[in-house]
Amino acid sequence: MRAKTDHMRYGRHMEVIESDIMGRVLEAMGRYDAHRYDAADVERALGRSVLTIEDFGALLSPAAQAFLEPMAARARHETQRMFGNAVSMFTPLYISNFCENMCVYCGFNCRNAIRRARLDMEAIEAELKAIAATGLQDILLLTGESRSKSGVAYIGDAVRLAARYFNLVGVEIYPLNTDEYAHLHACGADYVCVYQETYDTDRYEEVHPRGSKRIYPYRFDAQERALKGGMRGVAFGALLGLADFRKDAFATGLHAHLVQKKYPHAEISFSPPRLRPYINNADENPRDVHEPQLLQVMLAYRLFMPFAGLTISTRERAGFRDHVIGLCATKISAGVRVDIGGHTGEEQGDGQFEISDSRSVAEVHAMILKRGLQPVYTDYVRV
Amino acid sequence: MRTEDGPDDLVIGGHVFRSRFILGSGKFSLEKMREVIENAGVEMATMALRRANVGGAENILDYVPSGITLLPNTSGARTAEEAVRIARLARELNCGDFVKIEVIHDSRYLLPDNYETIRATEILAREGFVVLPYMYPDLNAARAMRDAGAAAIMPLGAPIGSNRGLLTRDFIQILVDEIDLPIIVDAGIGRPSQACEAMEMGVAAIMANTAIATAVDVGLMARAFRLAIESGRAAYRAGLGRRLEGRAEASSPLTGFLQG
Repeated sequence: MRAKTDHMRYGRHMEVIESDIMGRVLEAMGRYDAHRYDAADVERALGRSVLTIEDFGALLSPAAQAFLEPMAARARHETQRMFGNAVSMFTPLYISNFCENMCVYCGFNCRNAIRRARLDMEAIEAELKAIAATGLQDILLLTGESRSKSGVAYIGDAVRLAARYFNLVGVEIYPLNTDEYAHLHACGADYVCVYQETYDTDRYEEVHPRGSKRIYPYRFDAQERALKGGMRGVAFGALLGLADFRKDAFATGLHAHLVQKKYPHAEISFSPPRLRPYINNADENPRDVHEPQLLQVMLAYRLFMPFAGLTISTRERAGFRDHVIGLCATKISAGVRVDIGGHTGEEQGDGQFEISDSRSVAEVHAMILKRGLQPVYTDYVRV
Repeated sequence: MRTEDGPDDLVIGGHVFRSRFILGSGKFSLEKMREVIENAGVEMATMALRRANVGGAENILDYVPSGITLLPNTSGARTAEEAVRIARLARELNCGDFVKIEVIHDSRYLLPDNYETIRATEILAREGFVVLPYMYPDLNAARAMRDAGAAAIMPLGAPIGSNRGLLTRDFIQILVDEIDLPIIVDAGIGRPSQACEAMEMGVAAIMANTAIATAVDVGLMARAFRLAIESGRAAYRAGLGRRLEGRAEASSPLTGFLQG
């Protein structure tokens, strides 16, 4: 049997950049023990106008679970202070679900017998037109991780098309080298989402048995390469529940914090996807991320980095999404289809996961207004 | 505003305004805009070009009543060149000749870059814009902006959205005393009393957004700001401002004993 690739070693063609951020995050995460904080630590954190990393750790601790209400009050204040009533709207567009990875938690896993599809430019344009007709101006293009089936040139062409119909184009694709990010930026993309899934290197190795995604450090440095390639915004996230979610959330925040310090102009945002715990499981796992834990993480992100964007996905139910906008979330997806080609009714490939909120753009728009907030279609000008 | 002493107009780049309250718009629910503008009595409102959704839903331009002077800002610009490009785009969208320059390349504190702002001021003033640079209150930078053709100077009172009032009070006072252009306090004003205090100091106008947008009753808060600004302006004109600064004249001369 072939020996497994060392997940901490860069592969061929993977650009290595000068950065100490990964080392610092791993070191701090190793030291972080969520159970050593008590109520006094949480109260101290809530009493401070600017939170330290230590305070952030306290807010993610089990001790802080009893403080969700005061955390929410403070988070709402910070959100209003930085974003006012504005809630941005966007939608993801899946253009290809071919994947060469074997992430054990993912619907796109290359061993899964799902219908694979890659939209050609004509089909992409039809999807873009259908989405643009809803009034949205912010689109996130997604692919599975396959350099052979959805290469950088293909994604670049899709970005170019999208930029014709949308004011802001982002990409959520496999990690690239700096020059490749620069190419996509030149095509019209200006923000990049790369989720580390888990910052725990052992667990990372375990859930990524094969494929280029297995290489941890190359994924970790993706945001820096994106910024070096000229992108304005970068998004961070861990798939909460894959490992110890408190440690993962701590590492996510610290990662974003250090990247912003190094690149002060970078627009930082977070996404908090989670693995849903099994319902009716009598032996509740302390690592399970139920709604209170998910909200705790989101509130901690907001309090630690009041200026950062926070996106809430359609994986969560409408009742949760409606209440976190204005409180801590600043961006919400609407009119979401995760199947390939779903916007034009000509579904060609299967989706990555099931969504819990299938409301249209108009419905989400109405909900935002009903909550006394302001739907924002564009908050970006390309210069 | 008129007082017994005659007109007290605010003149920016040759344009005359009676209101000394400029409304920021980025944090509002748009449906409240008209109510706020009416209650605040404002004649000028800022608008981030990045929020203009021309032809689309919730376009800020559709919510600003006619007769209000638009002050497009260059929010999103990280360099002078980017600010210039955004200003030109605003002009193409018929937003008028006013432009508030914002050049920010720090996503954490959102502090303006005075150096880039000076460069952008120079280019845009040359192109005929009425340029209002948003800046960190530094006298040397303000002089450079004036010399570059700025029509007014917009120093921050405190970091954007902080509602912390006049943290830079003494430095703004220096600008008021030294720069012969309207000085407009642009960020940080969280309460009507802080707006009033700034006006007492001789500031020409106030810009506010967060403080009103996040009030429970935005219309009433808009009115409170209007009254505070008018009150502070009247106090300044009455001479109160100087006495508050400890520069009062004694009722009998302190040097009256001198002979010869």
